Amino acid sequence: MTATTSDTTSGPSTGASGAAPTGRGTHGAWWAPYVFLAPYLVLFLVFVAAPAIYGLWISLHQWEFFGAPIFLGLENYARLFEAGSQRGAAFWMSMRATGIFVVLSVPLLLVLPLLVALVLNLRLRGRTFFRAVYFTPYVLGVAVVGLLWRFLGDPNIGAINFLLGRLGLSSNIPWTTALPWGWILLVVLTVWWTLGFNTVIYLAGLQEIPRDQYEAASVDGANAWNRFWHITLPGLRRVLVFVVTVTVLASANMFGQAFLVTQGAPGNRTRTAVMLIAEEGLGQFRLGSAAAMSYILALFLMATSLVMWWFFRRWEDDA
Amino acid sequence: MTALDHRPDDTTAEETPDSGVQTRRPWAKPLGYTVLVVLSLIYIAPLLWMLSTSLKTNPEATRWPLQFLPSDVTTAAYELLFRPGTDTPVLRWFMNSMLAATAHAVLVVATAAPAAYALARMDFRGKKLMFGVILSTLFIPPIIFLVPNYLIVDTFGWLDSLWSVIVPQAAGALGVFLLRQFFLGLPDELEEAALIDGANQFQIFLRVVLPLSKPALATLLVIAFLTNWNDFLWPVYVLFNPESLTLPPGLARLQGAYTVNYPVIMAGGVIASVPVIALFVFAQRYVIEGVARSGLKG
Repeated sequence: MTATTSDTTSGPSTGASGAAPTGRGTHGAWWAPYVFLAPYLVLFLVFVAAPAIYGLWISLHQWEFFGAPIFLGLENYARLFEAGSQRGAAFWMSMRATGIFVVLSVPLLLVLPLLVALVLNLRLRGRTFFRAVYFTPYVLGVAVVGLLWRFLGDPNIGAINFLLGRLGLSSNIPWTTALPWGWILLVVLTVWWTLGFNTVIYLAGLQEIPRDQYEAASVDGANAWNRFWHITLPGLRRVLVFVVTVTVLASANMFGQAFLVTQGAPGNRTRTAVMLIAEEGLGQFRLGSAAAMSYILALFLMATSLVMWWFFRRWEDDA
Repeated sequence: MTALDHRPDDTTAEETPDSGVQTRRPWAKPLGYTVLVVLSLIYIAPLLWMLSTSLKTNPEATRWPLQFLPSDVTTAAYELLFRPGTDTPVLRWFMNSMLAATAHAVLVVATAAPAAYALARMDFRGKKLMFGVILSTLFIPPIIFLVPNYLIVDTFGWLDSLWSVIVPQAAGALGVFLLRQFFLGLPDELEEAALIDGANQFQIFLRVVLPLSKPALATLLVIAFLTNWNDFLWPVYVLFNPESLTLPPGLARLQGAYTVNYPVIMAGGVIASVPVIALFVFAQRYVIEGVARSGLKG
């Protein structure tokens, strides 16, 4: 996505430099660009390019960290698909948990921040302050947010149950140990934590929509809903593509919230795929098995991205 | 480059009398304010509750009905965390986090800036391929790097060392993209003028381009610092000894060590929050514009 937009901006200027002798890139030593790139490329090769391939190799082995890797071929993968395999069952249960979290959290994370951004876009006094308030939890990181909400959701002494009791509702809800309460708490804390991120992006997108479009629509007698549907949403198209993609992938990679708040309870039903892979690989040191799991999860995520991309392409074509 | 660069700043925007929308809907503003204020309370209350609990004794923190304010403010929880000789040395974790996040942010900017400059403003063999490869890694789910990078870091002898939290994540592509986008927007005349003055490319980069790019560099610096300060999954598994931890894995361990002592856990949360909230208040513009820009460029 970034490539297409940015290449069109760089394209004409490089073309111009080919024609005019003083343009960028035609001066200086031929090796200079490589010197500029070298420090980053070293990091990139060692920690991005190499591990992407190394991981595949690891996934073909039985590897317990202390001890030599034993070649297994595709057995680590096959085992995950075998009926009755314990590891396979645990893995698919964690994939299911990840799916549940994505389905529960993504709609809220798309809609609520948009509503907040629309309100902030009314240009009320102090909106810079409000925007900062909603963004603050996001800068805290999942460790602080997780332990804070573990405390708020504590079944015995948590503020959530206390407030519910004050409202005359049940004050004994097992937020951290039973379903569906565990999912509700995880989703609520995630919305609280990350709402500001999507809000800021929506708000920037809203400010790019030319105001005269709204004025023209008002003159034509369009009501608020029509203006939203025919001007705001199409105007946010590019931003929506980004927000949807980033939100789905972030939810699919959920780890810290469940690790800290529910610790996978009850019975590993809130243990997400990333949580299981980390535990399998770096907790139990079954590196080959964990690597195989991570490639299967990655394939799922990339397939999801492709579907979303295809969907948005169609939307662009329709518009 | 984007609307962010040429939109009027917030204060003028607020004072601009608005045509149409509000005049015909007089309820819009009051309703808008109500929503914003109620939402603010939901956003601020948990943070104040964390602070207030950290200043309570443990019996008071768990006394039903809950009291919002501590009846006797005590710093006992903080004193426990700062006491030397425990296996939860929060002061040490704080210093580790500070060192790691600072070093990481500097490393990100120092490697991404020249690379982004070359990709934005120089022509060379293999440029398109290189950019394509770097770009494509943005679409690889990060989970596949977990196990191999663990082994790579181990071969360098970096397990349980701050090097493992400082260096590997600095290879991400985001910094290169953010800065490349910024450099693409600089006018060609800058370099031409400097060339006529006899400067070489390194001098142009250091003396002309970098000083002009301070806002973009600051944005990346702040975002890299925050990201590293908050990173959780990786340090939980690559750091083990109490002395080596950064704050996020430390907080997880604190939760395990003081399960029934919430004032201590909340004090840990406050200690981890203060620097990033301070940084955010100070550098709000850079953080929010960086985030907004990443979305607009998507």
